[in-house]
Amino acid sequence: MLTQRAKQVDRKPMTFLESIYLWNILKGMGITISHLFKKKVTINYPEQTRSFSKVWRGLHVLNRDEAGRENCTACGLCAVACPAEAITMEAAERLPGEEHLYREEKYAAKYEINMLRCIFCGLCEEACPKDAIYLSQSIAPANYGRKGFIYKKEDLLIPHPKEEPEAYQKALGEKATIN
Amino acid sequence: MIMTLIAVDWWLILEKGVLIGGIIGLSFFIAMYTTYAERKVAAWLQDRRGPNRAGPFGILQPLADGGKLFFKEEIIPLASNRFLFILGPALAMITALLTSTVIPWATPFVTKGGSVIPMQVADVDMGILLVFSIVSVGVYGIMIGGWASNNKFSLIAAIRGASQMVSYELPMGLALIAVLFLTGSLKMSEIVTNQVQHGWHIIYQPLGFLIFFICALAECNRTPFDLPEAENELNFGYHQEYSSMKLGFYLFAEYINMFISSAVMVTLYFGGYDIPFVNETSWGLNSFWMSFLSFSVIMTKIAFFLFVFLWIRWTIPRFRYDQLMNLGWKKLIPLALVNMIITAAVILLLNK
Amino acid sequence: MSITQILFWFLSVVALFSALMVISSKNPIYSVLWLIVTFFSISGHYILLNAQFLAIVNIIVYAGAIMVLFLFVIMLMNLNKETEPPKNRWLKMAGAVAGGCLLLVLVAALKDTDIKQQHALVNEGNIGLIKNLGKELFTTYVVPFEISSILFLSAMVGAVVIGKKE
Repeated sequence: MLTQRAKQVDRKPMTFLESIYLWNILKGMGITISHLFKKKVTINYPEQTRSFSKVWRGLHVLNRDEAGRENCTACGLCAVACPAEAITMEAAERLPGEEHLYREEKYAAKYEINMLRCIFCGLCEEACPKDAIYLSQSIAPANYGRKGFIYKKEDLLIPHPKEEPEAYQKALGEKATIN
Repeated sequence: MIMTLIAVDWWLILEKGVLIGGIIGLSFFIAMYTTYAERKVAAWLQDRRGPNRAGPFGILQPLADGGKLFFKEEIIPLASNRFLFILGPALAMITALLTSTVIPWATPFVTKGGSVIPMQVADVDMGILLVFSIVSVGVYGIMIGGWASNNKFSLIAAIRGASQMVSYELPMGLALIAVLFLTGSLKMSEIVTNQVQHGWHIIYQPLGFLIFFICALAECNRTPFDLPEAENELNFGYHQEYSSMKLGFYLFAEYINMFISSAVMVTLYFGGYDIPFVNETSWGLNSFWMSFLSFSVIMTKIAFFLFVFLWIRWTIPRFRYDQLMNLGWKKLIPLALVNMIITAAVILLLNK
Repeated sequence: MSITQILFWFLSVVALFSALMVISSKNPIYSVLWLIVTFFSISGHYILLNAQFLAIVNIIVYAGAIMVLFLFVIMLMNLNKETEPPKNRWLKMAGAVAGGCLLLVLVAALKDTDIKQQHALVNEGNIGLIKNLGKELFTTYVVPFEISSILFLSAMVGAVVIGKKE
C-alpha cells in the first residue's frame, strides 16, 4: 500500500470476448511493438563504457607531488584505519641523493594492498595525512591467481608527472577536479 | 526400359529440378535468417540490442550458430531406439520442406522460345489438401523422435504435440472450406488468380483468416502454443535427448514450417504474389521482370507474417494445456463452423 | 516397361512387404509404422489411377489422424515382451480358423467377379478428381453418404457420453 499501486484482484468469470483472449492479446502486442521504437538502454560495452561516479571508490593509487616525488611517508595510519587489514608496508629512511624520489625523510620501501581483502571503503584515503593514497575511478581487473590480487607498490604508484604526463593525468582522473 | 527413360521430357525435369533446388535453398536461407530475426526482434521488443558481434550488425550470427551445431558431439542415448531416433528429425525436416511444392511463388515466366515456365513445382488438382496431408504426416517427426528418445519428458512432449496438432487441424480445415467456397477450386494457382480478379480473401474472410492464423501458430508449435517444447515444464520437450545437427534439424524444421505456413497464409488470404491496389498487367513489363516483381511481393508479405509470428512469441505467455484444448475444441471449431455456414448462406443469396 | 508399370510394381512390392511386416513385427510400434508405410504405398496406387482425392484423403485421415491415435495409445501402454500376456493355445487355433474362413470368403468372392475383364484406367480417368467425385457423392450416392455421416455423429455422441461419465 505504500506505493499506492496495489490492485484488487478481479475474480469475475470471463466474458465471452475475454475468453477468446483476443482483445487482451492485441493490447499486449501494442505494448511490445511500442518498445520497438524506444531508445535502447544497452551500452556496447567494450567500445563504450559507462563513466564512473565522481565519488566512486575504486582501485588505490599512491600519489606523487608535482615534481614527481612520492608523497607516502609510511606512517602506517592507513593500515591502522583499514577495517579489512588489507594494507601492509615497510618503512625505510631516505638516503642523501634520493631527494628527487621521496618528498620526506621516510618513505615506504614496500607497500602492498590485498585486493581480495580490501572492501573499498576509502578509510585509508581519509586517514592519510599526506594525501598519499586515494581511491581512483577504476576497478580491480580479474585475475587467474590469488597472487595477482596482491598489488605491490609498483602497481599502485601513479605515473611520473614529468616523464609520463599523459598517463599521469589519466590516472589522476576526475579526482583532480573535485579536490 | 532405357528407351522409355529417354523419352521423358528432360527439359521439364531440369526445369523442375532447378525450381525445387531453388525453393529448398530459399527455405534454408529464410529459416537461417529467421533464427537471427527471432533473436533481434526479441531483443528490440525487450529494449536490448540483440546479437551484433559476428559481422556487421551480427549478420553472420546464423552461420556461427549453424557451425556450432555441426561441430557439437553427436550423442545417441544408449537405451534409445537408434533407427527411429535418427528417423525422427529426418521426417520433421522432410515434411517441412515438402509443403512448399504447391505454392505459386511468382507469375509464370515465359522464355524467348515461347514456352511457359510456371513458378510452382506442381500445380496439382488437390493443391491445398496436399499441404494438409503433409502437415498431418509432420506429426510423426515429433512423435517418433519423442518416443525413440526413451525419456519420459520427451514422450509427454511428443504426445502433447501430436494431440495439439491433430486437434488444431480440424478448425484449420473448417476455416479453409469457406475459402474454397469462394474459389471453387483446390488448386493453389486458381486460388491466387481468383484473388487477383475479385480482391483478396481477407476482405471476405476476416474471421476465417483469424482462425487459420491461430491454428497455424499451433501447428508450428509456436508460442502461445509451444507446449511440446515447454522449457520450464518438460526441460526442452521432444528434442531433449538430441544434440548436434539432429537437434539442429528439429529447430530448423520449426522455422521452415513457420516460413511455409506464412507462405500458405499469404497465398490463401493475402493474394499470393498479387500487388495490392494496382493492375500490374497493364504496365507492360516483360515476363522476367514481372516474375521477379511478383516474387519479391510475395516474399515481402511472407516476411511480414514471419515478423508477426516473432512478435506474438515475444508478447504472449504460454497457454495452459486445458486452455489450449478448450480454445481448440470449444471456441475455434464452433466459430469456424459458423463462419462456414454464414459464408455459404451469403454466397447462395448473392447467386440468386 | 513404362514408368507407370515400374512404379506399379515398386509400390505393390512395398505395399505387400510392409503389410507382412505389420503382422510379423514383434514391437507394436514397428507394426504401426509399417502400417503407415502401407497406407502410403496404397496412396501411391491411387495416384497411379489418377484418383488424387482418394490418395490425399487416405493420407490425411488414415496416416495423419487415425494412425497417430494408434501410436498414441501404444506409446502410452509401453508394450514390451515381458508385459505381453501368454496366449492360449485354443485362442491361437480359433484365430487361425477365423482368418482362414475370411481368406476363403474373399477368394471365393473375388473368383466369381468379372474383375479380370475390367481394365483399370491408368493415368487418364478423371473420376477420382475432386469435382467429379463430389458430384457423384452428392447426387447418385447422397443417401448412403448422409447415412454414414449420421453414423459418425452417433459415434461422436457416444464418445462424448463415455468421456463425460467421470
